[in-house]
Amino acid sequence: MDNKQNPPILEVDNLSISFQMYDGRFDQKALQIISELNIKIYAGEILAIAGSSGSGKSLLASAILGILPNNATVTGKMCYNGQMLTPKLQKRLRGTEIALVPQSVDFLDPLMQVGTQADGHKKPFPTQKRRRFFQRFGLPSGIEKCYPFQLSGGMARRVLVSTALIADAQLIIADEPTPGMGLEQALDTLKMFREMADDKKAVILITHDIDLAFAVADRIAVFYAGTIVETANAHDFQIGPVALRHPYSKALWRALPQNEFESIAGVQPYAGNLPKGCLFAPRCKCKTPRCMQESPPLRMLRGGEVRCFCAK
Amino acid sequence: MCLKAKDISFRYAKHQSWIVQNLNFCVEQGTCVGLSAPSGAGKSTLAMLLAGYLTPVEGEILLNEKPLSKKGICPVQLIYQHPEQTVNPRWRLRKVLEESGQISEELLAALGIESAWLGRFPQELSGGELQRFCVARALMSGAPFLICDEISTMLDAITQAQIWHVVCDEAKKRNMGIVVITHNYHLARHLCSQIYDLHKIQNTEKI
Repeated sequence: MDNKQNPPILEVDNLSISFQMYDGRFDQKALQIISELNIKIYAGEILAIAGSSGSGKSLLASAILGILPNNATVTGKMCYNGQMLTPKLQKRLRGTEIALVPQSVDFLDPLMQVGTQADGHKKPFPTQKRRRFFQRFGLPSGIEKCYPFQLSGGMARRVLVSTALIADAQLIIADEPTPGMGLEQALDTLKMFREMADDKKAVILITHDIDLAFAVADRIAVFYAGTIVETANAHDFQIGPVALRHPYSKALWRALPQNEFESIAGVQPYAGNLPKGCLFAPRCKCKTPRCMQESPPLRMLRGGEVRCFCAK
Repeated sequence: MCLKAKDISFRYAKHQSWIVQNLNFCVEQGTCVGLSAPSGAGKSTLAMLLAGYLTPVEGEILLNEKPLSKKGICPVQLIYQHPEQTVNPRWRLRKVLEESGQISEELLAALGIESAWLGRFPQELSGGELQRFCVARALMSGAPFLICDEISTMLDAITQAQIWHVVCDEAKKRNMGIVVITHNYHLARHLCSQIYDLHKIQNTEKI
């Protein structure tokens, strides 16, 4: 799984993110959203991040780019091409070396025509290149003169994706780039990410469409309650629950409408109120007394990584 | 009771092209129908027309053969595809929910809304968490029709299944009519008794 010859383009080691929040009128408390998170991504691969909504996937993206709000505290280490990611370096890299496809279409400036804002600040304006991207995404040529409110959800998404691709970055973080797009467009967008990856770039693809993700991604990391519970080869997701390791990943697979469309009881634990042992234990069918007491460490299993005592 | 779009056409300005043209569409109470079309074909515009957020340039929207009432809670509730754009950023979520009536604890529990979230502001929740509030708000209003415009694309598969089970149970209990707009073909097939192609229900008569 690891290609040992090349160092990872991005390495996140033991990352934790917490927020200062007001608790009552005067007290403040820290709320830990992401805990002990490790990821590595190599040039030439797509790492898909799937998992529960509200588990901190987008926060990870913000942390890498250094655009978290002021009340956030980040601990742990992040390295980009072997260099420590300091706020200064992040500022220099974002938009040029590391590009983001934001999650919400709110990130478009409502008072600016979409063509102009996709061009960005780079001078001379990459207008020709941008037009090629727009054409490639099937956006009609008149679109560049439109304002964001005049576009449909799927069109706005495609504008956002082209905005990030124009930068020609080495690392692209795509935070849910496909909702609102039709199946063909979504596949086409993912195919473009695949081409970027084959061109020795790295892509982090945060998505809920795991059925689409496993067709293009190399590895899939599954998030739950602020940490990664499993990293699997994309192929394992194609096979299904037998090849998967963590009970949450198995449940995720079963919940897809084309499989069983079956939900599991309960909700993801709230960040201020995490269970003592394994984070998934309250909803897990195969929990043991040990799971309620100790938090399972990340361990290697069948070519992937898993945070579970019971996985075999 | 049925919600009907009769020969409706819509465009934003006279010099622009039609987004929706001569469209005829009908949902009976107690049924769940799907709408599919490529991105940019006018699905969300139709959703806003049906829910009364936009007024058709030609034709009319009829509920029980009468135009939608302008007063009180609209009997056709729309759940929008971008939850962060549909809640007041300066209201705590308790206030957002109270706007549509008595908060039902049972419904909140079924949707997996933590009571601690009620005291937060919208920017302190994730998109998926906010969407649960939007679903709760629409269901608590007691409206007989619900338009679901891509309501579960920002959710993980487990939460998606969970929320749709709640919506469908509630719809069955109250005999609601539901319009599902989604790009996920598998999801539409699971939920809907009928799936319409937007292009096929337009331009039927005058060309």
